[in-house]
Amino acid sequence: MSLDTDASSSDAPNLFGSRRSRLFVGRRGLAASSISTVLLVGAIVLILFVAPGGAVFRYYFFNLHDMRIAWDGHASQGISALSRSLFTNVWMFLVSEVLVLFFGLTIAWTRISRTPVLFPVRMLVTVYTDVFRGVPLLIVVYLVGDGLPALRLGFISNQSPSIYGVVALTLTYSAYVSEVLRAGINSVPHGQLLAARSLGLSPTSTMRRVVLPQAVRTVIPPLLNDFVSLQKDTALVSVLGVIEIANAGQISASTLFNGSGLVAAALFFLALTIPMTRLTDHLIERDRSRRLAGS
Amino acid sequence: MLELNDVVKRFDDNEVLSGVSLQLHRHEVVCLIGASGSGKSTLLRCSNMLEDIDAGSITLFGQGLEDRRIDPNLVRRHVALVFQSFNLFPHLSVLDNILLGPVYAMKRKRADVRDEALALLDRIGLRDRANDFPDRLSGGQQQRVAIVRSLAMQPSLLLLDEVTSALDPTLVGEVLDLLRDLAASGTTMLIATHEMNFAKDVSHQVAYLDKGVLVEKGTPEQIFNSPQHEATRIFLERVR
Repeated sequence: MSLDTDASSSDAPNLFGSRRSRLFVGRRGLAASSISTVLLVGAIVLILFVAPGGAVFRYYFFNLHDMRIAWDGHASQGISALSRSLFTNVWMFLVSEVLVLFFGLTIAWTRISRTPVLFPVRMLVTVYTDVFRGVPLLIVVYLVGDGLPALRLGFISNQSPSIYGVVALTLTYSAYVSEVLRAGINSVPHGQLLAARSLGLSPTSTMRRVVLPQAVRTVIPPLLNDFVSLQKDTALVSVLGVIEIANAGQISASTLFNGSGLVAAALFFLALTIPMTRLTDHLIERDRSRRLAGS
Repeated sequence: MLELNDVVKRFDDNEVLSGVSLQLHRHEVVCLIGASGSGKSTLLRCSNMLEDIDAGSITLFGQGLEDRRIDPNLVRRHVALVFQSFNLFPHLSVLDNILLGPVYAMKRKRADVRDEALALLDRIGLRDRANDFPDRLSGGQQQRVAIVRSLAMQPSLLLLDEVTSALDPTLVGEVLDLLRDLAASGTTMLIATHEMNFAKDVSHQVAYLDKGVLVEKGTPEQIFNSPQHEATRIFLERVR
């Protein structure tokens, strides 16, 4: 059998598949994406208008007037202002994130090290990550927030509920983040370690200058995931009686019989996470192109 | 300068080096030849303490490395190892790759080392690539950068582990030329290689390793023209 089959011969293979995606390229691609976006968004909005309870739904969740009252607060009706309570969320997650990075890294480092003296510590942190990744955060919040004051241990038992919230968030998220960082550290090729050690770098310098910079680049997306999640979970601290933004939204909803305050709280969380995600994407892309582009 | 006596190295049950003895003097170039898995890489890694040995002894500048007070980081600073797979740091520019060792292991000032690093890059004709990242360089360029990265530590001894084996055949020449250049300027080197013609040209001594045993050692003429052992003869026949 001859290999040089040409198009005219009858046994030439057929190269026309059923895939149509190549039809939408260039200008046609732009048109296609615009049309599909408009259709999809239109369909979602339409549901809010044609559903039998659409009007009630829109009034209950998207009432600008009540949203405004919730945002500014109303002292005589006992509504705490979202605009003030949001700072509780902001400081709780900022402090937690810094602590989580510190403890997460320490735990990851301990689990990876092979120093014999650290054996009991390694066992302890392994149990710690297993436990705190497994227990729901809500329960940890209760255990810390109600448990530590019950101990009557002076300083430890006399903190405000939001401090206990930060402790609970840090406990749970350090366990998650340590695993993310550990995966990142393990993803750095062994040759990098050998090369750094061969230059006479100490184990600490090797970690700091060679392994971590590469590990962190790899795990930025999952790390960001955990941080977004942490920011949202500051809302759980409300069960300790902390008036953070979701709780304030909830109070406004039950006072005004209108849930628009909750939607305003949701918009606050979106306003935090969306710019953060875009910024990280931008930084990752810039780092990538810098590495691949000439000087 | 470097002396290995009856060095034994095992990985679990697998004995990779079975009593290897070897001496290396200042300004000497010794090539290690032998099939893959004969223990060449392990021998090099033991020589700069990346691997611990199970028996025998290694002496460097008259000091036994088995002494617990010996600092492996100091040993590695004087005995540099270059890898088959370059292992440049992808998150650092070419210049920063070279500066890392002097700045963080030797604690020298960045500004002081910078000129030396640029001079080294000049030597391999890559000064204009100083700010590029390793991904942008060809394999041969990366390996030459890896070699000067080791030289920036001003090591007394350079260990080279099959540094051309991962390269496109067209790029092997530029790396071997750099090594010839280094040999001519008196750099002490222990080179594991599969490049027989290069080994013939450049080395003062050639050692043939077979399954963890140093079968024979001699001048290039002795080894390549009149090998004393049957195993050496068969190996050279095969690679020729």
